[in-house]
Amino acid sequence: MNNRSDTLSKIQHSLTRRNRAEARFRWYGRCAIFIGLLAVAVLFFDIISKGHGAFRATYIKLDIHYDPELIGINNLADNEQLSAGNWQALSKTALRNKFPDVSGRQDKRRLSKLLSNGAGFDLKDHLLANPQLLGKKESVWVLADDDIDTYFKSWLDGDAYDARMTAKQVQWIAQLHQEDLIALKFNSNLFSRGDSREPEQAGIRGAVMGSFLTLIMTLMLSFPIGVSAAIYLEEFAPKNRWTDFIEVNINNLAAVPSIIFGLLGLAIFINFFHVPRSVPIVGGLVLTLMTLPTIIITSRAAIKSVPPSIREAALGMGASKYQMVLHHVLPLALPGMLTGAIIGMAQALGETAPLLMIGMVAFIVDIPNGFSDPATVLPVQIFLWADSPERAFIEKTSAAIMVLLSFLIIMNTSAVWLRKRLERRW
Amino acid sequence: MFKKVTTFSTVATVAVMLISPISFARESIEVVGSSTVYPFSTVVAERYGRSTGKPTPKIESTGSGGGMKLFCSGVGTNYPDITNSSRRIKLSEFKKCQTNGVKDIIEVQVGYDGIVVANSVDAATMNLTRKDIFLALAEKVPGTNDGELIDNPYSTWKQVNASLPDTAIEVLGPPPTSGTRDAFAELALEGGCKKIGWIAAIKKTDKNRYKAICHTVREDGRYIEAGENDNLIVQKLEANPSALGVFGFSFLDQNADKVQGAQIESIEPTFESIADKSYPISRPLYFYVKKAHVGVVPGMMGYLKEFTNERAWGEDGYLAEKGMIPLPTKMRMDMASKTMSLVPMTGKEALK
Repeated sequence: MNNRSDTLSKIQHSLTRRNRAEARFRWYGRCAIFIGLLAVAVLFFDIISKGHGAFRATYIKLDIHYDPELIGINNLADNEQLSAGNWQALSKTALRNKFPDVSGRQDKRRLSKLLSNGAGFDLKDHLLANPQLLGKKESVWVLADDDIDTYFKSWLDGDAYDARMTAKQVQWIAQLHQEDLIALKFNSNLFSRGDSREPEQAGIRGAVMGSFLTLIMTLMLSFPIGVSAAIYLEEFAPKNRWTDFIEVNINNLAAVPSIIFGLLGLAIFINFFHVPRSVPIVGGLVLTLMTLPTIIITSRAAIKSVPPSIREAALGMGASKYQMVLHHVLPLALPGMLTGAIIGMAQALGETAPLLMIGMVAFIVDIPNGFSDPATVLPVQIFLWADSPERAFIEKTSAAIMVLLSFLIIMNTSAVWLRKRLERRW
Repeated sequence: MFKKVTTFSTVATVAVMLISPISFARESIEVVGSSTVYPFSTVVAERYGRSTGKPTPKIESTGSGGGMKLFCSGVGTNYPDITNSSRRIKLSEFKKCQTNGVKDIIEVQVGYDGIVVANSVDAATMNLTRKDIFLALAEKVPGTNDGELIDNPYSTWKQVNASLPDTAIEVLGPPPTSGTRDAFAELALEGGCKKIGWIAAIKKTDKNRYKAICHTVREDGRYIEAGENDNLIVQKLEANPSALGVFGFSFLDQNADKVQGAQIESIEPTFESIADKSYPISRPLYFYVKKAHVGVVPGMMGYLKEFTNERAWGEDGYLAEKGMIPLPTKMRMDMASKTMSLVPMTGKEALK
């Protein structure tokens, strides 16, 4: 009797303590999740608050007269005339007509600094697309300079940054603003152009194309090689010390810092095979080396998860081992392999270190159209912009980060979705 | 379906293997080298590409030393055509170029770059001398007797020089791999170091010891290596008004609302003071061209012409707007004509 009540009181006594321990443990878990979420929220808040401005750019509305004499051309089909034409004069003259009382060399120069130095070339492209405009007048929104853009945005926010502006320029902007001739518009350059040293003309199209070409190259090489390696190791290879040795090595490779693959790529592909520097081919080859272990490991796991009964049934029906693997095991393991491949690709999309050694960290303006055109990739573009002195590149950097993050989120969600959709449970 | 996929990828793999060993004839110019010259050569490249409609030169920022190494590796389209440098080519590099077949090298000096010592605008402006900088940042400084070196004992600027404020010495600057750091050591630290008579005398007897005394930066945490990213240094200075930072003039120029340059020997770092060389911490910028590639890689002459054009590197040119300090007019004209007539280096220049 006595004994029993003793035990009971012991249990009751310890019960509250154990319950408290459990409650505490739950709170630790909640705190951990909260800290993780807080970090993500702070990161997103910081990036979005810095970068949202980059999606809009400052434009100034001018009455452009496409005067053939002023440009110095008479035939729009003559390429030599076109490249020698004085295109900057179009926007400069329009601006001077807007402010006729500006005199003096210095002031005139400051006035023309309101506009982006690419404005003339934009007008040239516009004219070539609409040849009937030659000799006519038109109201055009012309891209403003990055200093003006920075000033105008900060001025609209009520905290004007005018360190790189003169008093006259500030006054001109105020006048334009009063007449509704200066405004923020959607920044299509950000998505349609390659890199530029002028922040207002810089875009991520080149880097996005470069990333795309490099990833296609990586996927084309690493997926078939990785899957074949996984199938052989799982289904055909004898289990002995050699295969153990290979397995250990593959696991080791997955943990090697990515810069090492860059050095390897430099030594093998560039110095030995003479693949040109900075092209998606060499980038894809290097990233293939990097993603192969990930793909092999996930593919092996996917093959392992196919139950042996499927194999035995196939063999029992008289299928050869090759038929068994190709017709039964592989289709069932494919969703898992694809998930692994997508995660490997997402990893490759975020890499800069291995690309540093093979010349893909470079200033490249032209948008790459093929695997052998010089190209750079999105994370490299972010790095290059973050390193630039021009103030306006700060918001561009954050905008490019947003684009990269959204690609990563899309890839990772599609991996989760694929797994949910196609995975079969046994 | 699976058969098709495997066949396709096998074909693709084989195709890639076949293409790769072939070296491509290049359409565009390849430029490597200094990260200090990078912001200027990229602007020129972009202008060249945009105004001519030809492929834009590709520019890699590898650092001056790394660029020279690539440049001097050989002649042919697998090697870069031009290398940028924030210092003159070294004798050893010139010799390496010669042994690897890069015989004719055209040297082009493009302008100057100023290195500034800056602090937050919230703090008072500093007025430093090069000697102050040396005493505050060197690993070993002269003791009480001539010829005696002691570990740097100074922890505040006031201890270095009584006219300076009583704030702790805390300087953020580039790491040893950076060209900016080399130039800072040579121009600021050595500039201050040789003001001390007995150390200057060592230069004649023991050059290595002189360099070790003058160029070695203290490692007790007062000089903080802040990486190659100058924007980061600006941000850190903004957050910490008592710290000083060392970086290129163009970053001061772009962030005038956040940081201010310290006066060096009472000269403020401005565009004008660097151009007329009264500001003491400035260095020349160069690029080097492989003559053998002119005419082989398309567009070389066009790029050189764009770079040496008055509208680019002139006093009112677009490079000046990006923060490069132009050469004096006469020198610029000579350099332009020398470059356009492709006069190579003779090997008799006084290289170090």
